Amino acid sequence: MCTTCGCGNGLVRIGKKLLQNSRKPAGAIHYRKPDNMALQTAVETSSHLPVHKHDLIDFGSDAAGVHAAGMSQARMVRIERDILTKNNQYADANRQYLTEHGIFALNLVSSPGSGKTTLLVRTIAALQEKQRIYVIEGDQQTENDAARIRACGVPALQINTGKGCHLDAYMVSRAMQQLAVQDDSVLFIENVGNLVCPASFDLGEAHKIVILSVTEGEDKPLKYPDMFRAAHLMLLNKCDLLPYLAFNTELAIDYAHRVNPLLRVIHISTVSGEGMPEWLDWIKVGQYRAVAGRLNIDKRHAE
Amino acid sequence: MHEMSLAENVLQIIEEAAHHQSFTCVKMVWLEIGQLACVEQESLHFCFEVVTRDSIAQRARLEIIDIPAVGWCKICTHEVPMITLHDACPQCGSYGLKVLRGDTLRVKELEVE
Repeated sequence: MCTTCGCGNGLVRIGKKLLQNSRKPAGAIHYRKPDNMALQTAVETSSHLPVHKHDLIDFGSDAAGVHAAGMSQARMVRIERDILTKNNQYADANRQYLTEHGIFALNLVSSPGSGKTTLLVRTIAALQEKQRIYVIEGDQQTENDAARIRACGVPALQINTGKGCHLDAYMVSRAMQQLAVQDDSVLFIENVGNLVCPASFDLGEAHKIVILSVTEGEDKPLKYPDMFRAAHLMLLNKCDLLPYLAFNTELAIDYAHRVNPLLRVIHISTVSGEGMPEWLDWIKVGQYRAVAGRLNIDKRHAE
Repeated sequence: MHEMSLAENVLQIIEEAAHHQSFTCVKMVWLEIGQLACVEQESLHFCFEVVTRDSIAQRARLEIIDIPAVGWCKICTHEVPMITLHDACPQCGSYGLKVLRGDTLRVKELEVE
């Protein structure tokens, strides 16, 4: 397990079912030893030394089949690959699927306790009459959040990441299949409450939305800059509490803009309803665009 | 960030390379880590050791090459060195530098047998 953030290769569950880790090759990997190396192990000698029998010193028996003075049989292999290549491939596939089906996917990220789920419940209540909505919930443990969303009457699937501290694109692709997300809908992905790790994992979403509540510190954008840089929209949540707090809104927004000058900010409160119309309009505009994109693709296919 | 997942991804890349290039033992792994890549190097060393146990890379040493971060100031139209994502341009003091280099994670090369 990671000592920094507690994440690891724990058991991932999607909707109570254990996720088989098919990202790894099935079964054990067997490496083919070159024939001459098998011969070499038979005479129990170090791979760095030539095979030595009583009447023979064979410098051609090593892996490379040749010998140069002072050189071991080791060789260099150039790789030049991004460590996150696999995740990015899954994310690209997700994005292509979402685009082709007119699904507007939003990845909600924040620290724990910023009010993500409550905001989501209110948003769903306001949108669900006219809009088909699906929700993927990410948490290390429990199905509580998905249950809260289902109580609103929309399909929700819980991903338990076990020891993992973020959702990745593969988990989301599996969850999308299981949810059978329909065309022209809105898909909310509520990431694990964590301002660090989810920043690096593209899920294929249209936008990352970072939620900062006014009960946190103004300097969160400076402390966790990766997340604020990766986001397109910041929801400054719990604004109804501002009269009781020493939170400096302008400073928080200034810090966020230092990291990401193009970050759009909406002041919001699920209690007073402040900012909800702006937030809902923002979603509707994005959704119209997603549908328009799908219609364009369909038209091109038809031609 | 979650160095354990990163270490697993590194091992996956090594195993794929082993399939294609048929080597049986990895002695050294070079990673290029950008200074803005949000990776705790000590933690990555620890996680690499854990995930490579009983694998082709179990005796591999991990070498990390730091890639210095370079940003672009659109006001001065200059490249400037960066330490953090919220750095101001050292010349004009404006924020919002565009990161040109130093935010990536790459497996550069392997020494294998």
